[in-house]
Amino acid sequence: MKSGENAKNIIEVTDLLKKFGDFTAVNNISFSVKQGEMFAFLGPNGAGKTTTIKMLTTLLNPTSGKILLNNLNPSEKKNEARKSFGIVFQDHSLDDDLTAYENMEFHGVFYGVPKKIRKERIESLLKFVELWDRKDDFVKNFSGGMKRRLEIARGLIHHPKILFLDEPTLGLDPQTRNHIWDYIKKLNEEEGMTVFLTTHYMNEAEKISDSVAIIDHGKIMKQGTPAELKKSTKTDNLEDAFLKLTGHAIRDESASSADAFRNHARMWRGKK
Amino acid sequence: MSEGSPVYIMWLRQVKQYLRSKGRIIGSLGQPILFLVALGFGFGHIYAQSTGGNFIDFLAPGIIAMSILFTAMFAGIGVIWDRQFGFLKETLVSPVSRFKIMWGRTLGGATTALLQGIIVLLITLAIGFRPSLVYLPLAFVFMALISILFTSLGTALASRMEDMQAFPLVMNFIIMPVFFLSGALFPLDTAPNTLKIISYFNPLTYGVDGIRGALTGVSHFGLLLDFGVNVVLAGIVLLIGSRMFSKIQI
Repeated sequence: MKSGENAKNIIEVTDLLKKFGDFTAVNNISFSVKQGEMFAFLGPNGAGKTTTIKMLTTLLNPTSGKILLNNLNPSEKKNEARKSFGIVFQDHSLDDDLTAYENMEFHGVFYGVPKKIRKERIESLLKFVELWDRKDDFVKNFSGGMKRRLEIARGLIHHPKILFLDEPTLGLDPQTRNHIWDYIKKLNEEEGMTVFLTTHYMNEAEKISDSVAIIDHGKIMKQGTPAELKKSTKTDNLEDAFLKLTGHAIRDESASSADAFRNHARMWRGKK
Repeated sequence: MSEGSPVYIMWLRQVKQYLRSKGRIIGSLGQPILFLVALGFGFGHIYAQSTGGNFIDFLAPGIIAMSILFTAMFAGIGVIWDRQFGFLKETLVSPVSRFKIMWGRTLGGATTALLQGIIVLLITLAIGFRPSLVYLPLAFVFMALISILFTSLGTALASRMEDMQAFPLVMNFIIMPVFFLSGALFPLDTAPNTLKIISYFNPLTYGVDGIRGALTGVSHFGLLLDFGVNVVLAGIVLLIGSRMFSKIQI
């Protein structure tokens, strides 16, 4: 959904900072997302995307800075903020030993969706992601694409205002990837739901997003529409724009050192 | 606990996982059966000669407590499992307080430990244990209390651990002394003083004594003290465990 010029901001991030020990994972970033927008948050591995998403979704408290999510501060009003978004994590988060339906039911109860509405929504969502005929199968028997579709459906049971998708198409074949973007686009257009996504597939981001922010080394390099980004970097596709802004060096190093710092911090906290 | 409550659905999940895993149920019966047969029949004569009693009657409550101890402590591994396979995130990002998540988990794990204890009780009956069934409900109360006590302990420890391999090692490090020094295998009345004193500081001692008192009428401390100690300990560990679980980091 193309949001109007004066649509209000549903996410506002100001001077957000996150440090793990001496390591700065997110360095004073500011950006905003308009209501009803498809927002792509792009960056190389270890750039700070997942850390930012964790702070937006109450899993981590920022070192400093301010977040407003649906007009709520997620580190103060955790539970209210949690009701206003749904999330599909980068890695698997289903219970494999439960059936598809039971996973949906669990989520519905946890988010306080009343029984009757829960039943209706689970049915319509499972039909939407074309898993209704597999509802009583154990998740462990599902393929990667089916699990992803189920996770997306699950994230929607409580009708969130914002849907966070951390690399929803990672490791899937092109058919499934297209399929999943179709679902997401449809939700965005029909329900007016704000979508906050990360992906490494630049062509996909270019095709579906209204607005893009590129993050690297914990800093926002650029924010704008895909067209604006291409224009300002004098490139003709988002992938080239991305490479021009973030360089060609491989980033596995920074990811693993960030992880090492996190583990250290965790270890010390645990020992105290 | 209504049908739509998070504590209930968390409990239901734990119990479903247990009932669906036939291997887990059957596999964890091996150890109690081994103890019952090897110790019960092996030492039976010596015990009968020195005390005039039936060793199976003495041993059975201890083995029931043992199976509960093991199942309950290992229920904690679910936290590490869920962390590894991502489901923990799904619960921690939800608008449900972590206390409730912990309670649902603990009640679920405790239920499976209690079921395991009941299965072992049935096995002891088959082997020749003849308890007085009048106080059976009271024995269930003690079984439930130690189930809750040790499930919250296991869950609390697991919420501070990320290493799947370390968990069983740490657990065995705790479980073995707790089991052997609890009076599950030998009568405290005639034990040397040092051993006796150590066992007084062992939470399982009061659980074993309570179950034994209810089923056979022979108790070292008296059922009231056993009950009091178990209730207080279960409450304290559940509270501390909830606090530890609520601080969990992803």
